[in-house]
Amino acid sequence: MIDLSNLGIHEAHDLLQNGEVTCRELVTFYLDRIKKLDGEIKSILTLCEESSLEIADKVDAKIASGQEIGLLEGIPYTAKDMFLTKGTRTTAASKILGNFIPPYTATAISHLNKSGAILLAKVNQDEFAHGGSTENSAFQKTTNPLNKDFVPGGSSGGSAAAVAADFGIFSLGTDTGGSIRQPAAYCGVTGLKPSYGLVSRYGVIAMASSFDCVGPIARSARDTEIVLHAIAGVDANDSTTVSYQQLTGKRSLELKNIRIGLDSNFVNHTSILEAKKTFETSGHKISSIELPDGDLSLAAYYVLVPSEISSNLERYDGIRYGQVSDKAKDLMDTYSMTRDEFMGMEVKRRILTGTYALSAGYYDAYYKKAMQVRTVVIDKFNEIFKNCDVVITPTTVGPAFRAGDKADPIEMYKTDILTVSVNLAGLPAVSIPAGVDAGTGLPLSLQIIGKLGDDNKVIALAKEFQSLTNWHKLDSNEVKS
Amino acid sequence: MTKVSKDIVENIARLSRIGMDSQELELMSRDITSILDFVETLESVDTESVQPTSQVTGLKDVWREDKVNNCRITRDEILANAPQTKDGYILVKKVL
Repeated sequence: MIDLSNLGIHEAHDLLQNGEVTCRELVTFYLDRIKKLDGEIKSILTLCEESSLEIADKVDAKIASGQEIGLLEGIPYTAKDMFLTKGTRTTAASKILGNFIPPYTATAISHLNKSGAILLAKVNQDEFAHGGSTENSAFQKTTNPLNKDFVPGGSSGGSAAAVAADFGIFSLGTDTGGSIRQPAAYCGVTGLKPSYGLVSRYGVIAMASSFDCVGPIARSARDTEIVLHAIAGVDANDSTTVSYQQLTGKRSLELKNIRIGLDSNFVNHTSILEAKKTFETSGHKISSIELPDGDLSLAAYYVLVPSEISSNLERYDGIRYGQVSDKAKDLMDTYSMTRDEFMGMEVKRRILTGTYALSAGYYDAYYKKAMQVRTVVIDKFNEIFKNCDVVITPTTVGPAFRAGDKADPIEMYKTDILTVSVNLAGLPAVSIPAGVDAGTGLPLSLQIIGKLGDDNKVIALAKEFQSLTNWHKLDSNEVKS
Repeated sequence: MTKVSKDIVENIARLSRIGMDSQELELMSRDITSILDFVETLESVDTESVQPTSQVTGLKDVWREDKVNNCRITRDEILANAPQTKDGYILVKKVL
């Protein structure tokens, strides 16, 4: 039988269309891998075995009848448990939604369903996406498939781990402050955070609505591009969606003499040395810039995001859906006992911080001030992009950290120091593997940031980098049980 | 440094409808104090004449016609997730 490991979308599509492998065989390959290896990786929350085999058989029947299939048709993928899936349990990795069966499906998932992609499983994450290691899941701690003693990152840690472990060809994640890029970096895979508003948030469990973005994690930038084009678009059910002219234009951009901005603080980072070498060979120009201060961006983020969280998470009241405390005697108890019993510490911490920042007397000092600093960060990026097409940084300061190493909440927050400013400004950014840490042997990654709406440009540059280097060619055969 | 006392935490926990025991209040008092200490750096920026940003795309007034659209979710499907229902309604505990 053909070796099905490490497949990308195009390769899998060709195997299916040419009849070299059936879709049932492909889906079974991933289901078997999950059953064999996920006991230790713990990336899967809900396996959709029956439905995925059912769709696979339909794809096989279509191919057998001599019809052409679409590029994503029959392509198995996983999705973070933030995406509502009608009839399939969706938890946000929180006990409060432990029994929740959504009555409708998120737009991004609907788009993938229509294109014929096959949802294999819902994957783990930090509870309500609050965290950077997937250790905050209420159900299980996902491990890094490259080394089980280390975290996979987060909050889309289940997605990144599933792609690295070859449990499906891509995964859908969400990114509010780095939650696609940071775990992709820690697991040695490619993660794309699109421009804010490009992909509908309808049916995505809300964290911080002015920040939340939906995007793919895959084994290559080429695959993230295919998925982005399948899920992007204006949605009547999400009035914050926008259409970017850049995306409707031709897909592959000519990449000549790109002006790349680089902050002098990062010149000696492994991923940057690798990027400089590669991009200078292809004729791009690297010039010195000064990025918005990381600590300042993080500070604005940790006022604004908990504030939006405190508002968005009001809906978990133990009344309309989700769990309810059976000790409750009156309505007040229903709220407070349910939320105490079924929400984790980090979720409570953020709700309380946000409630404090928004409360009378503190609003100007915290919330309004942080919104103004958000403007300062956006202005700084606008200034940078007058002379640059893109900006490069390492995605994270270092490689994945050991499980249990960041017990202090602020230490955990700081793992997003190089990614949050991008979310404050709503910019598109991609994380791609670009080296290996000498100490741990774990991957180090490069972040390419573009102007709002320049998603195609950052993807094109990432694709160029991956056509000239091999860092993204992670071999899943190295992942052992 | 702003110290967020246990009493203040107790008040915001009540506003947030999260029941908390004394030990949790203590822990949150410590954590929120250090979070606010961390975000204090915001004060170093002069924002005198800076407009606040609440969204990044600049979209304004997204309208649609005021009519019921094609909602495919039935009452039963929605009520299926409610912990307690009666006669097609959601049941709550006594209010007072």
